[in-house]
Amino acid sequence: MSLQQFMNEAISPWMKENGPDSDIVMSSRIRLARNFEQVPFPIIASADELEKVLSFFQKEYEHQSFSNYNDLALVKMRDLKPIEKKVLVEKHLISPHLAENDEEAAALISSNEQVSVMVNEEDHIRIQLYFPGFQLEKALEQAFTFDDWLEERINYAFDENRGYLTSCPTNVGTGMRASVMMHLPALALTQKINRMIPAISQLGLVVRGIYGEGSEAIGNIFQISNQITLGKSEEDIVQDLRSVVNQLIDQERKARQLLVEQSELQLEDRVFRSYGILQHSRIIESKEAAKCLSDVQLGIDVGYIKDISKSILNELMILSQPGFLQHYAKRMLSAKERDVLRASLIRERFKLEN
Amino acid sequence: MECQECHERPATLHFSKIVNGNKTEIHVCEYCAKEKGYMGYEDDAYSLHNLLSGLFNFDGASGLNEQHASSRPSEQRLTCPKCGMTYQEFARVGKFGCAECYQTFSDRLNPVFRRVHSGNTTHHGKIPSRIGSGIQQKRKLGEYREQLKQLIANEEFESAAQVRDKIKQLEKDLSRDGEGEDE
Repeated sequence: MSLQQFMNEAISPWMKENGPDSDIVMSSRIRLARNFEQVPFPIIASADELEKVLSFFQKEYEHQSFSNYNDLALVKMRDLKPIEKKVLVEKHLISPHLAENDEEAAALISSNEQVSVMVNEEDHIRIQLYFPGFQLEKALEQAFTFDDWLEERINYAFDENRGYLTSCPTNVGTGMRASVMMHLPALALTQKINRMIPAISQLGLVVRGIYGEGSEAIGNIFQISNQITLGKSEEDIVQDLRSVVNQLIDQERKARQLLVEQSELQLEDRVFRSYGILQHSRIIESKEAAKCLSDVQLGIDVGYIKDISKSILNELMILSQPGFLQHYAKRMLSAKERDVLRASLIRERFKLEN
Repeated sequence: MECQECHERPATLHFSKIVNGNKTEIHVCEYCAKEKGYMGYEDDAYSLHNLLSGLFNFDGASGLNEQHASSRPSEQRLTCPKCGMTYQEFARVGKFGCAECYQTFSDRLNPVFRRVHSGNTTHHGKIPSRIGSGIQQKRKLGEYREQLKQLIANEEFESAAQVRDKIKQLEKDLSRDGEGEDE
């Protein structure tokens, strides 16, 4: 496989499109949790019952198309090698929990990888829909129509007072988790973000690292999502999230401008040092790679670096994850081997730009 | 850098632990990371849910559970008829077993939801378009009644009459639908 081909695989087709505010908001996501009314939830259901859910999806939805989401592919976890599962997790198409849940778990993925329906995760159905940049309303609208399309053939577990019934009480009601992935290098550099996170948490929103719960914000990438799912409409939840994200965008833009104006050569120096490391290193750990990629992306966004494509952070962050590296090498790699391969892939990628 | 646990292999995994704002750096090799439980998917399931399940025992410290159970026999027998989940199990795992559990444990859920969802206990969002059409009409009815009250309070009787007619029509539709379903 050539590097170019491999990279094309790393980036989902929807990521290549440009979205609003995409210099700061990398992607917007809506997730809806749904269950079959008559089947016990996956934590307690028998293998037989879950197998029926799986074959229902296969029969009714495999290779179907809806709206822009064509040729839905049903990917069964039991048919995948561990590395292949890891790759899907790193692309955010499935959750680590689904990957671990071997037997009857699957994902229904559209050809542009914008929609992924996880089957037999913690709930029977978890619809995920992605949009590039900051497009929460659009993502919600599309998620609703997709949800309606599924509902034509499924009796959802729904209660007038409690809403959509989910396995975990933290999801009941709307079953919705709306989230945005943000690159906030200037707020992180000036340490303002540490003061903002507690304030954001008080508004019923959560700030996490790029790979979800408990993960650190590597590469200055933060995921912000709603915590509360009961008692507020989906539109209100999205509106609340939106206004906080808008403020963060404003603050980040201001902080970037201030850094450019006041740091004299320091910011530019930092950006180009990181650029140099990425272009020339022979061994690079994922944390260092993420830090340097964040610097270079900032350099592109404020105009220090002009000849590199804007999606480089999105691309190389995914590409340099352990699963992808091993997928490329087609075998398991030790940590040391991964650091060497990561450095060489990143070098090659930058050569493609020139 | 060598692994801080075994001091033999090189440290290949680096964690930052932040507790109450205090950051601790951990540098370990892959072997010790697994051994010490710093990595692996299994651990992810921990975090939130274990915290949560503590909250469900809202009416007593967990140490008192056994005494409580014996003094409250009805609670001990609270079992979902559909999936067999007991309330105790639900409180321990922090997850429902099936849709029916929501009915079974219904009396005890409001405090749980209030804690998890900032005081909220009822759904105000989307209603399924196909199976929920009746509920949608009922919700609309509620909205109209609210509107009617407001209009009367404001002495806008003309608009109030219009809303009242809408309510009558909707009530008629609803009762007709209800009969249809019973057959």
